[in-house]
Amino acid sequence: MILQATAPAAAAAAPVSYLPLYVILAYLAVLIGLGLASMRFFRGTSKDYFTASHSVGPVLLLLSVFGTTMTAFAMVGSSAKAYELGIGPYTLMASSSGIVHSLVFFLVGIRLWAIGKRHGHVTQIQYFRDRFESRALGNLLFPILVLLVIPYVLTGFIGAGSFVQAGTRGMFPEAFPATNGAIPPRVTILVVMGVVLFYIFQGGVRGAVWANAFQTIMFLVAGVAAMFMISRSLGGLSAASEAVLAKAPGHLARAGKIGHGEFLSYMLVPLSVGMFPHLFQNWLTARDAKSFRTVLIFHPIFILIVWLPCVLIGVWAVGQGIKVPSPNAVLNAMMTRYVDSAIVLGLVQAGTIAAIMAMDSQIMALGTMFTEDVVVHLAGKGRVSDRAQVWWSRGFIVAIMALSYWLALHPPPNVFDLGVWCFSGFAGLFPLVVAAIYWKRVTTAGAYASVLAMLVTWGVLFWRGLIQPAMAGAKELGEPLVLGVMPVAWVVLAAGVALVAVSLATRPPSEGTIKKYFA
Amino acid sequence: MWIVVAVFAFLHWDFWLWDDTTLWFGFLPAGLAYHAFYSLAAGLLWWLFIRVAWPVHVERWARGEDGQGEGEP
Repeated sequence: MILQATAPAAAAAAPVSYLPLYVILAYLAVLIGLGLASMRFFRGTSKDYFTASHSVGPVLLLLSVFGTTMTAFAMVGSSAKAYELGIGPYTLMASSSGIVHSLVFFLVGIRLWAIGKRHGHVTQIQYFRDRFESRALGNLLFPILVLLVIPYVLTGFIGAGSFVQAGTRGMFPEAFPATNGAIPPRVTILVVMGVVLFYIFQGGVRGAVWANAFQTIMFLVAGVAAMFMISRSLGGLSAASEAVLAKAPGHLARAGKIGHGEFLSYMLVPLSVGMFPHLFQNWLTARDAKSFRTVLIFHPIFILIVWLPCVLIGVWAVGQGIKVPSPNAVLNAMMTRYVDSAIVLGLVQAGTIAAIMAMDSQIMALGTMFTEDVVVHLAGKGRVSDRAQVWWSRGFIVAIMALSYWLALHPPPNVFDLGVWCFSGFAGLFPLVVAAIYWKRVTTAGAYASVLAMLVTWGVLFWRGLIQPAMAGAKELGEPLVLGVMPVAWVVLAAGVALVAVSLATRPPSEGTIKKYFA
Repeated sequence: MWIVVAVFAFLHWDFWLWDDTTLWFGFLPAGLAYHAFYSLAAGLLWWLFIRVAWPVHVERWARGEDGQGEGEP
């Protein structure tokens, strides 16, 4: 049954269907069901909670890795950026990620799997502490990783908030008059938080992986379905693109919108996957290196399936003269206006929410690191019970979620920009992991210098490029280029130079460490 | 194989399509279409890479089959 309501006077002519909202609620119920189902497989140990007892096979691994690497950045962010810049975002991030992500999986991931298998490390902090013979390096890295994951969680929260707000306009005029009857972001984010917390608390990593797999399937279908349904309403694929050619041809090319220096330096942003805590943990704890073969091959193709429709939808919005209060709302605005079936609209919207919510693995990885590398590390091995470890992890996850919630109430204008900043920070740690794996001469002092150089360079540029303009009330932010290239280039350069220069000037690592980590 | 990867990475920079607004297949802007095919080709490249250059020696080292004996059984 389709319930209908009428919005207040000005918008009274347009009846509002609640069906899409019901479909989204049904989707959230499925996630809760997955959490309950994964709980039945939970073996009650901290090892099972944090690693799913190494039981994740190649297909689940592919769906989970892809889902957690894309999130709101891929759907809401890409369409928003395409609305502003044209086709450029696909060429900047999607196709470069296709080659760079897989390259990092191959060069770094397989080696880390081997190291984890041989020496039993579970988290990246454990690996770096042992590889660089320094407990304090882990103490320095942990808060930095938390600092970098928070913007990533934020992209999900902000994406969900603006997406649902755009899709529920007029539904609850009495409850939410300030947002024209739309569900405000603060409510959506609370609901999203509650659902994510429920299924990761019930099933740990297993719950997160199952939810990610389901979410990935949902949003792979959602993007393609949305593209075809919208294009049908616009008179077909050709008519939709020709409208852009007539109205804003610049959006179909990159000249005047993206410089060559910016384009080339964007290739460094996807290096970030080499230091994502959840991927690092996946690599260290995977059952078999061959599990990653499926990820290597299908990751670029999945990126194509998700990004191409979203970028086209963002560009088509310009051709139709769509005006939105925030670029983040353009995807839902296009769906709401041009998808004519309420059920399909709800399914597509649920698929988009699926992409937005896939930040659970990152949060789980932080919880694992906090427990293994802070709580157990400080208390001493064997002094914290399995049950207490799980509860420490849950407590930390709630704290991170609460902080992210507060920050999400003061969002920057565009989730794409926030995501790029977060990736740029992780990319700045890439020289560290590459040197740790491949360079025998890298030293503990070199590692410290690299991490600090990354932190200072990224911090200064992030403040100057995003925080300062956002605090000044800027509604649109241009690309924060420094001498014509993206900040990530300077962050990686500073971290790399500091690592090499300080390593060459300081005492080499012990023979024992070199023998342990190099064949 | 690494030369192939380097050449492929360089081909990502499609400077010749920078101001091309032609619609391929009637709806895909030239730059977007090129990069869509690039994504498909990336999948193919990594499939080939796995067939030709899979690091078997790393798997052996992980299992402790290199004579140093620290690996899991």
